[in-house]
Amino acid sequence: MPAALSVTGLRKAYGSVQALRGIDLAVGAGELFGLLGPNGAGKSTLVKIACGLVRPSAGAVEVCGSPAGSAHAHAQLGYLAELFRFPDWCTAEELLGLHQELIGSQGGVAERRELLQLVELGDVPGRRVGAMSKGMQQRLGLAQALVGAPRLLLLDEPTSALDPAGRRTVRQLLERLRERGVSVLLNSHLLSEVELVCDRVAIIDGGEVVAAGTPAELSRAGGVEVETAAGVRTFPAATRADAPRIVRELVAAGEDVYSVRALSSTLEDAYLEAVGRAPVAGDETGGRGAADEAAKPGADEMGGRGAAHEAAEPGADETGGRGAADEAAEPGADDAAGRAEDEAA
Amino acid sequence: MTRAASTAARLAPPSSLSGALIVARFSLRESLRRRVFVVVGLLTMVFLALYGLATWQAFKAADDFTGATEAGVEPDVVVGATLAGLAMFAILFLGTILAVFLTLGAVRGDAERGLLQPLLVRPLPRRTLLLGRWLGATAVCAPYVVVVALGAFVITDALGGWWPDRLVGPLLALALGVAIIAALSLAGSIALASTANGIAVFMLFGAGLTAGLLGQIAEAIGSDSLDDIARVATWALPFEALYQAGLAELTADTVGFTRLAIDLGPFGGAESGSAGLWLWSLAYLAAVGAVAVAAFSRRDL
Repeated sequence: MPAALSVTGLRKAYGSVQALRGIDLAVGAGELFGLLGPNGAGKSTLVKIACGLVRPSAGAVEVCGSPAGSAHAHAQLGYLAELFRFPDWCTAEELLGLHQELIGSQGGVAERRELLQLVELGDVPGRRVGAMSKGMQQRLGLAQALVGAPRLLLLDEPTSALDPAGRRTVRQLLERLRERGVSVLLNSHLLSEVELVCDRVAIIDGGEVVAAGTPAELSRAGGVEVETAAGVRTFPAATRADAPRIVRELVAAGEDVYSVRALSSTLEDAYLEAVGRAPVAGDETGGRGAADEAAKPGADEMGGRGAAHEAAEPGADETGGRGAADEAAEPGADDAAGRAEDEAA
Repeated sequence: MTRAASTAARLAPPSSLSGALIVARFSLRESLRRRVFVVVGLLTMVFLALYGLATWQAFKAADDFTGATEAGVEPDVVVGATLAGLAMFAILFLGTILAVFLTLGAVRGDAERGLLQPLLVRPLPRRTLLLGRWLGATAVCAPYVVVVALGAFVITDALGGWWPDRLVGPLLALALGVAIIAALSLAGSIALASTANGIAVFMLFGAGLTAGLLGQIAEAIGSDSLDDIARVATWALPFEALYQAGLAELTADTVGFTRLAIDLGPFGGAESGSAGLWLWSLAYLAAVGAVAVAAFSRRDL
């Protein structure tokens, strides 16, 4: 069985600008694949080429074994663009009906109702698009992408306009689609979202894949943090399995232990490291990068999360770790804010 | 929950023609829902009412004019034909406005607004989308000019007793003329932003009008070279050549001094249509379509 999406040596140039410089990746059947990268990395171009909206300069893209852009490829995929709009005069039902006609779906009213229920718009089938909120339109966009039960779903920032509850709905929907064998290429800036639902992730920067693997492979252990009467101490080389031994040793040494926490780097850390934008002191983007830590004298004794935050605070090594909500309060930490909201929901 | 891979076989994507008709029907529904027909209908009623008023006054004035009759000129024919000729020009202009506004942002404009991409990821060839949009626009504009022109002729007949010598030719000429303008506007929408495209098509329309005026001047001063220039220009913009052919057919059977008097008005220099013109217009339409399809197929969205 061919891969749902197969990309080989893909290049795209817009004049002198190289948007893609030789991308290779494959999305298997029923796989949820995350595409990460900074603005201008080439993610949307890649998705558009897979949809047949943009012509590649070189390389090959196949959708379920058919060349991207072919009628057969189009019949196998659903797409939600980052910047999309539907005619404001038509209703949700009419829009889905149009797409059913265009793809030749025989699902009829039952399919339309089912899709609207799926994205929690079941009670407003007759509402005009122009009378819907942005979040509702985004959910309608998802329903539209699912018309005809595609084998591959290409989603470009599908949750950008959704509130935390809406994001959770989409996450659950993606997981259910995976169970049904639908492959999904998810292009998102919300790292936590990708980390939560994706089986594999590729990080693109400057038109190239700079890192790829499962979220677990990209993340890694980040030490153990112990709170004692003397303050918070971090053992960066330790893993979760070392925690009991560390506690025993501290107790044996006469220290009182109040809490123990195993630390791990997140996908965000891996992302920042991969795109070479690990935060430095004073950087407001938050997060923690290994490169940043390595460059910091005494980093092995500091631990906790958010080197920038700690570096900006005298005595930060005494303050302990930071939570997502803490990051959310920091200007410029959009992703972290989104994640914190999400987690709160 | 949606059915996944197993349902792929249940899909029966439409043929090119069916796809074009789906798009055309959706475009027509949009015009209906946006009340395009209501607005156009009301304004057209105003236009026809004003035309009726002018016709009534013109024929009334012609009744009082006896000098021309003595010279062998039939005033009612001159007045009726001149008014109908002017009405045809106005109707072509209204049809052009309609054609341009229905198509000026069909590709680049819709792509920039994010309306086009969801449609093009369906198994819908780009040429089918273009054909559908053109059919949708032409299905509005062509019947519109035919109906309004018929209305104007009926008014002229009712108020002045004048009826065109030929009816079908002028109506078909108007219909094909606006179909060509819709195709030009659609083709322009691939490369140009909406505003620029609208301006460009209206400038083409103006160029056609200028070519027609050149023909009138050439007729009046008897200049063969100017006449050649006008003829080439009108054939390069065949909606103008078709308009002139339709105009000529309005008074195709009118002769004598009445003919001379008519030629002093908007009919001066109007070239009769030939089978060649109709064939050329259809070929022109096909060529515009082919260029549009080629340009659209290369365009990144």
